[in-house]
Amino acid sequence: MGGAAACRNDKGSGIVLRLNKVVGIGAVALTLGLSLTACGTTEDGDGGSSSNGDAACDLKLAFFGPETGPAAGLGKPIIQGAQLAVDQYNADAECEVEFVKFDSQGSPDEAPSLATEVAGDEKIIGVVGPAFSGESAAAGPIFAEGGVPTVSPSATNPTLSENGWDTFHRALGNDATQGPAAAKYIQDTIKSESTFVIDDASEYGAGLAGIVKDTLGDTVVGNDTIQVGDTDFSATVTKVTDSKADTVFFGGYYAEATILVGQLRKGGFDGTFVVADGVKDPAYLDAKAAAEGTIITCPCIPDTDPAVADFASQYEEEFGEAPGTYAAEAYDAASIFLAGIGEGIDTREDMLAFVNEYDEKGITKQLKFDESGEPADVHVYAYTVKDGAIVPEGEIE
Amino acid sequence: MNFDFLFSNLPQLTIGGLAFGAIYALIALGYTMVYGVLQLINFAHSEVFMYGTFAMLWTVMALGGADADGVQLIAILIAALFAAMMMSALIALLLERVAYRPLVKKNAPRLIALISAIGASFVLAELMGLRDRVTGWIGLDDDLSEYVGKARINNSMAGVVDAPRWEIGNVTLSSIDVIVIVAAVGMMVLLDQFVRRSRLGKGIRATAQDPETAALMGVNPTRTIQITFLIGGLMAGVAAFLYMLKIETTKYDVGFLLGVKAFTAAVLGGIGNLRGALLGGLVLGVAESWGSALFGTEWRHVVAFVLLVVILLFRPTGLLGESLGKARA
Repeated sequence: MGGAAACRNDKGSGIVLRLNKVVGIGAVALTLGLSLTACGTTEDGDGGSSSNGDAACDLKLAFFGPETGPAAGLGKPIIQGAQLAVDQYNADAECEVEFVKFDSQGSPDEAPSLATEVAGDEKIIGVVGPAFSGESAAAGPIFAEGGVPTVSPSATNPTLSENGWDTFHRALGNDATQGPAAAKYIQDTIKSESTFVIDDASEYGAGLAGIVKDTLGDTVVGNDTIQVGDTDFSATVTKVTDSKADTVFFGGYYAEATILVGQLRKGGFDGTFVVADGVKDPAYLDAKAAAEGTIITCPCIPDTDPAVADFASQYEEEFGEAPGTYAAEAYDAASIFLAGIGEGIDTREDMLAFVNEYDEKGITKQLKFDESGEPADVHVYAYTVKDGAIVPEGEIE
Repeated sequence: MNFDFLFSNLPQLTIGGLAFGAIYALIALGYTMVYGVLQLINFAHSEVFMYGTFAMLWTVMALGGADADGVQLIAILIAALFAAMMMSALIALLLERVAYRPLVKKNAPRLIALISAIGASFVLAELMGLRDRVTGWIGLDDDLSEYVGKARINNSMAGVVDAPRWEIGNVTLSSIDVIVIVAAVGMMVLLDQFVRRSRLGKGIRATAQDPETAALMGVNPTRTIQITFLIGGLMAGVAAFLYMLKIETTKYDVGFLLGVKAFTAAVLGGIGNLRGALLGGLVLGVAESWGSALFGTEWRHVVAFVLLVVILLFRPTGLLGESLGKARA
């Protein structure tokens, strides 16, 4: 997933002012946060229980991403996946780890001040998140300076790992692997001869659509860019039908995809609609008949996969629903930090080194990161909408 | 720029533009009428529209529109139209009573009323966006979860209306677009005639021209203002119904962008002018559609506002420029 829909309920030009203020305050708070961090590294020699070998005490693990807001649907499984890992750890731990949620609403505008808040709380030893690419880009430098290790279960924009932030990690393949996989599916499985590429101008959508377009090359017969929050796509639909494309790829989120696919079908498009992980949400099924047959690519493991069967049943028992997109990835991300805490790590510096060295089997994949924080082991899966449900089709090899 | 594409698909793009423009025009009426009578921009009008879309959606859900077809579906849709109009009219009247009348009574400056409108707009939008919590306070959120559960995300009625469409040459003509355009233009003509010919319409025009003299001649200004809000609300309800028929999806903040665009349409046509609102809406819709074709859909809003600036440079009072009061009898 990438940059989330920005807050769209703000009215008028007040938002510009407010943003500047937030950035300003963020900058001030950042300096404060840094000085705090600097003090923090020399802290408590007499902490008591933090001797080597025993589990560390009095620490917090943070979630960073949308708990409310337009993309809250994508944040919920991540929160619950991480929550499950923490609960299981706490069940037989001497001292409990506190799970704290920082609600960015998925918006890059909220991210810097929240990240500063996280960096300022020395008890937070690691972050599961940020969930989206846009907010990751905004919060990344602050986490890097504060030395807060992060493992994102869902941010897929490729450029995130190219910023030199040593604290950045992600527990899933990026769009540079998802994009080519989607293109491969379009070429080999759909056998498309003409593909129309649409994106939503977001960090995530535009990046992904660009990769798909470049990989497909000559078979792309046209492209168009819509805007997050728009609801009338009649001009785009006309472009698609005029191009006589047999396949449409859309890089963006489910909110627009749901409306777009309905209008495409009404406009007479009867080819295959291909989308990526940002659309893999039950809300997409609101499109009803129009959504049928949609292909969704995702670097997320299907909950029917034998590897996650145990996790899936525990998750369902706890939350009363099947694990959503990236719940298992979030569980893995949280598990890495919890393993570190279990070994007695109680500073961010040591935790960062621990995460960088980590090489264990998680439930979704072998959890090991390269120098840039990318996972060493990457899988992309195809899903399809069938009879009003998103069902896995299998891995895209 | 893609002129080939624009010209080879001109009819299709124009129909798409007219259909959305007709919805702009119906919402624009609310802005234009209130401005004509009170010289006040009712920024909360976008929320009047938004509540209409939800009334439509909930009526369809409550009456089981998803499983209905034929005559039964048409009956449900008529009920939904009625509900949308009632809801929008109710919100518009409520706005007038709570956010304006007290200010008008105290002769508050227009700027104060504008701020009051913006405030009311936020309250109404967030009330819808937090409806799950609001119903939670009175313990109804579980019973009503179908209606209030998706408080902050899209609410959809896709798949309820499967309207026929016709292929004529390379043009796909959707029956919904035809309904939207015909209904919107029809409503506008009706309203125009109402304001020109009826007793109440004369009262509205008289108040717009000179409220004090109108009052001396026996026009009740409070009642006239109420009727103006009521008509604006009813039209927004029709717009909400047509919008839901076409787009099938709504959200608590759906009114914002549409409100801005409808306000633009009103200014484009000449604010305070009923026929101007229709013309402004249609011109704006078509310009957006053609602009999307020519420059790419991401330029749509840029095209809309550049058009507004250019037209106001040459015709500062908008395309038709007349005010409500000066309309010929």
